[in-house]
Amino acid sequence: MSDADVIIVGGGLHGCSAAYNLASRRVKVLVLEKHVVGRHASSASAGGVRRLGRHPAEIPLAMASIELWHRLNELLGADTEFHASGQVRVAETPDELDACEARVALTRSLGYDHEILIDKGELVRLVPGIAATAQGGIYVREDGHAFPYKTTLAFRNAAERHGAIVREGVAVLAIERATHTWRVLTDRGRFEAPVLVNAAGAWGGEVAAMIGDPVPTSPVALMMMVTARMSRWLGPTVGSMGRKLSFKQSESGTMVIGGGYRGTVHPESELTSLDFAGLRASARTVSELFPHMRHVDIVRCWAGIEGFTPDDIPYIGPSKAAPDAYHSFAFCGHGFQLGPVVGAITAELILNGRSNLPIEAFRIDRFEGTGAAYRGDISR
Amino acid sequence: MSPQYDLAIVGGGPAGMAAAVRAAAFGLHTVLFDEQPAPGGQIYRAIEAVAGGRPQDLPILGPEYRRGIALVEAFRKCDATYCPGTSVWQLTRELELGIVDAGGARMVHARHVLLATGALERPVPFPGWTLPGVMTAGAAQGLLKASGMLPDVPVVFYGGGPLLYQFAWQLAQAGVPVAAILDTGRRANYVAAAPYLPAALAAGDYVAKGLRLLNGIRRHRIPIMRGVSDFQALGNDRVREVAYRQGGTTHHMAAGLVLVHAGVVANCQLTQSVPCRHEWYGPQRAWRPVTDPWGNTDLAGIQVAGDCGGIGGADAAVHAGRIAAFEAARRLGRLSGDQRDTLAHPDRLAWRRHLLARPFLDALYPPSPGTLAPDDATLICRCEEVTAGAIRAAVRLGGTGPNQVKSYTRAGMGPCQGRECGLTVTEIIAAERGLAPEAVGTYRIRPPIKPLTVGQMAGLDDATR
Repeated sequence: MSDADVIIVGGGLHGCSAAYNLASRRVKVLVLEKHVVGRHASSASAGGVRRLGRHPAEIPLAMASIELWHRLNELLGADTEFHASGQVRVAETPDELDACEARVALTRSLGYDHEILIDKGELVRLVPGIAATAQGGIYVREDGHAFPYKTTLAFRNAAERHGAIVREGVAVLAIERATHTWRVLTDRGRFEAPVLVNAAGAWGGEVAAMIGDPVPTSPVALMMMVTARMSRWLGPTVGSMGRKLSFKQSESGTMVIGGGYRGTVHPESELTSLDFAGLRASARTVSELFPHMRHVDIVRCWAGIEGFTPDDIPYIGPSKAAPDAYHSFAFCGHGFQLGPVVGAITAELILNGRSNLPIEAFRIDRFEGTGAAYRGDISR
Repeated sequence: MSPQYDLAIVGGGPAGMAAAVRAAAFGLHTVLFDEQPAPGGQIYRAIEAVAGGRPQDLPILGPEYRRGIALVEAFRKCDATYCPGTSVWQLTRELELGIVDAGGARMVHARHVLLATGALERPVPFPGWTLPGVMTAGAAQGLLKASGMLPDVPVVFYGGGPLLYQFAWQLAQAGVPVAAILDTGRRANYVAAAPYLPAALAAGDYVAKGLRLLNGIRRHRIPIMRGVSDFQALGNDRVREVAYRQGGTTHHMAAGLVLVHAGVVANCQLTQSVPCRHEWYGPQRAWRPVTDPWGNTDLAGIQVAGDCGGIGGADAAVHAGRIAAFEAARRLGRLSGDQRDTLAHPDRLAWRRHLLARPFLDALYPPSPGTLAPDDATLICRCEEVTAGAIRAAVRLGGTGPNQVKSYTRAGMGPCQGRECGLTVTEIIAAERGLAPEAVGTYRIRPPIKPLTVGQMAGLDDATR
């Protein structure tokens, strides 16, 4: 006896987006979340909605997703606080300027024109207060940022309005394949459905192994800082060619500082600890690029747990080992922008057997035979 | 990084000072970080300055304040390193402390950490609690201790608990007009507390002190209203009057200054941030760290003493500080278990005797129902201006716990790190979901616990790493 048409393991952004995309097409969905919806990366994310600088394989998905972002509030009937305030990547040396040119040439050669080169004057106009060392960079006008937890809840609530069931506090212990059905054994009993989706984020590797698709993944704690509120002065989200930086002003006026510095994951407790050498380096980057930030109070530092892969792009697509199972996890710290489209892709795969977008690069078995094991200490 | 200190103590109140004196006597390389400019904590704040420079304030502050003089003298004489004006903004389970002082921010490492961070006044949300002219009784008392500041307008006291009455008496002694004490306490509290009275009488002079205080207040003819509810502070630019219900009718009263107090709760921001294990203490509806009788938390090397481990008062805190120091000395190899037991015995007896007063006081002064369940329009998170109604709405949208409500509403995301709203948010969610507060939990507390600028963080000294 099936509990649903599709069981989705994981109640983060990607699980909730898949749930919404399936439920709105009249599919009966059950989401199993071991903690609460949006517990880890989906609420710890800095919220960048960014196409700028994406891996070439992700660009078609990111282009499709931005279309969805621009009408997401209407689609979901909720405010995700998406603002198309742009994304900028700053170059501070001639070499970095050359790298910007090469990058924009690459995206053009692939047929995209969203990334544009900007000179120093344009950069200063877009990012007032930036240090004199900044020489120019890349700008994507229609990118922006949104509120990750609100976005996740918006997908969840929209999915529930379409009949999806979201069960929190249900941890998956084992998964068995029976005739034409998946049996998901949890600490709250057994659930069955003919189709299974693995959207378990940093824990997606464990779920993939239960399905029969062992893959290299590693949980990583990405650190962030947020400051006291400031009166509005920064429009676009600012990244850097040469430094680890993601810097934006949130809707509330706080400055959100990220960029990929890592803390430590404690897997048993699902807690993280901060690495102060990394936070210091992050604060130095901000102090140097934005000298007026030095006297602003830091209000909060945290690290969110996110799944990483050896090639820094996610696993998306059907299981190799078993029929009627699909993966969508380990987004390597840049899955927020892709949330709307990847949920739609997963729904297409389940309902139509194929997606109109190219997802070959994300296939679950791409490391098979390569001997790739995840090296947890690699840093970007 | 190798430890620079055997023992790092956080907080310069009675527990921290008493612990430092004992620990240093055992030859432990001890440091005490104190965010105040001088030792004494909140209870004995500025005691040296008052005793030395403003002795006329001593009679106003009363005989209990005077007890701090000997404690501070002993602390000043001991070999512990004293770091005043130094905030601890971070503690890790590896026993690294992030500190910040006038010279900037840095990390230090200790072999053992004792937290003696004291108590916080319980936040008391009501309509108008953010108006200028409304402050906590403890904050106003701090101003009196630190700089002899006294109000010069009619004062209305609201809430309950010993400190409310103590400060009303102190103000009256100083000649400040006290318009009224509006006490939320009900007759039922006396009934609930009565069974614990014999134990409280055995604990020392707690009950006698309370009766002396009440008599003193009567001598000053300060009106006391009991069973007060639906309290509001009113005024456009600042508080002008208060409104409240008592005996079935609504009353209004002019007020220049409203001083609020509803008891104190353990200041467990640091233990929560690590995080150590905490438990919900039902009688006072607040969190406290789970400890063994020696103040050890569930995490090795992190100990608590005094009110930050659960409210016991200043006299109990002195003994708790000493007990913790004996245990720290044992853990650091200076004492055997037997030696610790023998040395700590008198303090353990005294400590337990002081704690006999708590069940009585806890039952007599529970937080009022209105404090636990403010109406929808009342602001709960002052930093981010989030109302009780917004919190309830977030719960209905799927925000099942304090961290989800925080993510959704920003409640608890401001500079105070949820000190002002954490307990209320837990209570509101618990009531909304029909769960016990311990099942709802509390905010994950994120460093920095104390303010730190981007520049200070950027200049972190890493010579110790």
